[in-house]
Amino acid sequence: MSLSRREFIGIGSAAAAGMALAPGLRLIDLAQARSPDEAVTSLQRWGLLIDINKCHDCDACVTACHEENGVHGHGRPTTDAQWIRKVTLKDQQTGHVQTLPLMCQHCEEPPCVDVCPTGASFKRADGIVLVDKHICIGCRYCMMACPYKARSFVHEDTTDQKPHAPRGKGTVESCTLCVHRVDAGKIPACVEACNKDGNKAMVFGDLKDRSSDISQQLAAGPSTQLRPDLNLNTGVRYRGI
Amino acid sequence: MRRITKHLLWMFPAALAAGLLSAMVSIAADTSGAKSAPIGPTVKIHRGEQCVEPTEDMRRNHMQHILHQRDKTVHQGIRTKPHSLTNCVDCHADPKTNSVLGQEGFCSSCHEFASVKIDCFSCHTDKRDKNAVAVAPFKGTATSGRKP
Repeated sequence: MSLSRREFIGIGSAAAAGMALAPGLRLIDLAQARSPDEAVTSLQRWGLLIDINKCHDCDACVTACHEENGVHGHGRPTTDAQWIRKVTLKDQQTGHVQTLPLMCQHCEEPPCVDVCPTGASFKRADGIVLVDKHICIGCRYCMMACPYKARSFVHEDTTDQKPHAPRGKGTVESCTLCVHRVDAGKIPACVEACNKDGNKAMVFGDLKDRSSDISQQLAAGPSTQLRPDLNLNTGVRYRGI
Repeated sequence: MRRITKHLLWMFPAALAAGLLSAMVSIAADTSGAKSAPIGPTVKIHRGEQCVEPTEDMRRNHMQHILHQRDKTVHQGIRTKPHSLTNCVDCHADPKTNSVLGQEGFCSSCHEFASVKIDCFSCHTDKRDKNAVAVAPFKGTATSGRKP
């Protein structure tokens, strides 16, 4: 069989293209660092595991969060914004006291998203629940709907915001899982502070990646969601409650 | 003509008065002309000659670029620099005040002139991040526009 010059070149280039493509093809995409111009996908779901047995009387996570996101109070505890707070649990029978950090639980089925009339409250493809403050009208339905009281309303004019964390009067805000850091391939400020200055009680990672630290720790031992009866499938899990 | 010559004598004071009046008006017009500045806002460009898009495009469509980028950033986590608001501020902030607002701020000077309210800075900071390095990747030739 004789090939014409054109056929020979055609077959040759097709073979070259096949060889170049084959090593890059996979049936299942690997979770890897995203480039800044790529959209987030549901191949990942970010989550937190908080070990209450290791969490003690310390507020490194709260301080770090509010510092990172420029959340300043006005000395009015009842209305000041809280993105994360320490909650103390006491067993009335035995007197055993535990503390835990509580923030947005980044539910898979978030009630705040269900009730939002404008679509401002939304869940990103990678599971992070956020408020789009450009379309938030400040009605606070989401604050009513959230079973964890995770959201705050900004009552007063804000100044000295961080460039990555805009905050404005008349909108609702909550823990963003430090989305600007996650997008840059870093871990949330609370987790970093807990590992550095605290008691190493928090683990952050991809719940869908079986090889991630958080998935392996979740598989290795018991953990619980807060209010599991609501079937929200929270992204934040606790151990030792 | 003859009749005019006849009446010229008594008309002289009136003509003189009219002449004086017109001279005064022209002087007044001259002084007002010397004081008036050229119409338009004072826009100070502190860094570089070229923005992320051609100047004409930025003048007309900067709000579209920012709006488009805003939705991509918030909902899809796309944080590319060129059309982001932080990049605008990092590049255009006044070196003295570090801000794009204020008397001679890059954003506020033009917006005040055009009487268009800016909503961005009720939530976003108007201050430059001192450590940030702004990018302006547009390398094309700028179309000649009005000098700012």
